[in-house]
Amino acid sequence: MTRALLLPFVWLLDFVAYTGRAARFFVRLCGLGIASLRRPRLVVDQIHFIGNYSLSIILVSGLLIGFVLGLQGYYTLRRYGSEEALGVLVTLSLVRELGPVVTALLFAGRAGTSLTAEIGLMKAGEQIDAMEMMAVDPVARVLAPRFAAAVFAMPLLAALFSAFGVLGGYLVGVEMIGVDPGAFWSQMQSGVDWLDDVGNGVLKSIVFAFTVAFVSLFVGYEARPTPEGVARATTTTVVSSSLAILALDFILTALMFSST
Amino acid sequence: MKRSGVDLLVGLFVLLGFAGLVFLAMRAGNMSSALGLGPTYTAVARFDNIGGLKPRAAVRSAGVVVGRVESIRFDDQSYQAEVALALDQRYRFPKDSSAKILTSGLLGEQYIGLTPGGDEEMLAEGDRITLTQSAVVLENLIGQFLYGRAAEGAPPQ
Repeated sequence: MTRALLLPFVWLLDFVAYTGRAARFFVRLCGLGIASLRRPRLVVDQIHFIGNYSLSIILVSGLLIGFVLGLQGYYTLRRYGSEEALGVLVTLSLVRELGPVVTALLFAGRAGTSLTAEIGLMKAGEQIDAMEMMAVDPVARVLAPRFAAAVFAMPLLAALFSAFGVLGGYLVGVEMIGVDPGAFWSQMQSGVDWLDDVGNGVLKSIVFAFTVAFVSLFVGYEARPTPEGVARATTTTVVSSSLAILALDFILTALMFSST
Repeated sequence: MKRSGVDLLVGLFVLLGFAGLVFLAMRAGNMSSALGLGPTYTAVARFDNIGGLKPRAAVRSAGVVVGRVESIRFDDQSYQAEVALALDQRYRFPKDSSAKILTSGLLGEQYIGLTPGGDEEMLAEGDRITLTQSAVVLENLIGQFLYGRAAEGAPPQ
């Protein structure tokens, strides 16, 4: 009877302990991530697996989202006679919000799950324990290079997403529909500030990169070393990263764009 | 994959990413116009009300951008706003030029319009523009309109 009553408190304590473990792991990853740059070979290999292999989905998605933005933006702006503002609409939407957020969501789905699965399977195959037996710190040798690579690659992917989105908006708006190209580019160039808009977008993508990299590696490291545990861990990665990204996006947007 | 193959691909990826960033900043954004003014000289102007003027707003003459607003501060001696304008060195304006705060379009952002005067001497570094016109404040305009209407309808005195 008392045991059932105490259950919520046990859960609360477990949750707080989990949060503490996660925080300590995050700090450790950051420190070891910087240290892993002393072995650039490892980091470069990971950038290849995480960054290069994500290029296809990021670039194509950016292009397609640019197409849709161009189309929908044109239909709405036409009602108010402001079709010439299509360039600034597409670019601001991408650079401020869609670029960082959608890239982070796609990245969590593609690279985040592969990181979690890899670490989880290494744990299930007892490779992590074997490394500890050999006095090699598995976090420093395996996890930290992946962390550094993910944090480095994701902002670049977000920039490419936005760039291809702008290109997509141009192709649909100017080439397909017939918006004046001069107005498209000139209004965009005067309406998009490189520090306030592009810079803040880059800052957002860096924060999201830390989030996705940390969540996928931590969840993989804490996964139960069974096939079922790895499967649940990959699900947790996608769900937790996505929710964290969207929540952080709201907070960051409120912080960055409230005054302008 | 061979060592050098991986390195090449990663290098290409990084270069592509930075190219994307540069494209966004320079072509899609206004970095080239915000930074690329070249050498400038500073002139100062005092306004009763700057309205919504912000730093880095444009300074236009005849519609062409000839400078940028550098800084805005409040002068507690004259209780006016003091705006520092960074004007392109290529363009010289007479000492009695006037500065007005205008709005681009109906709902656009505010900028400073510079109208040249007729003086033979030109503005030098740090000079003050004496003829200024503040921003239009909507409430004052409505008040003027209402009082004007009230005066029209009042009985003759």
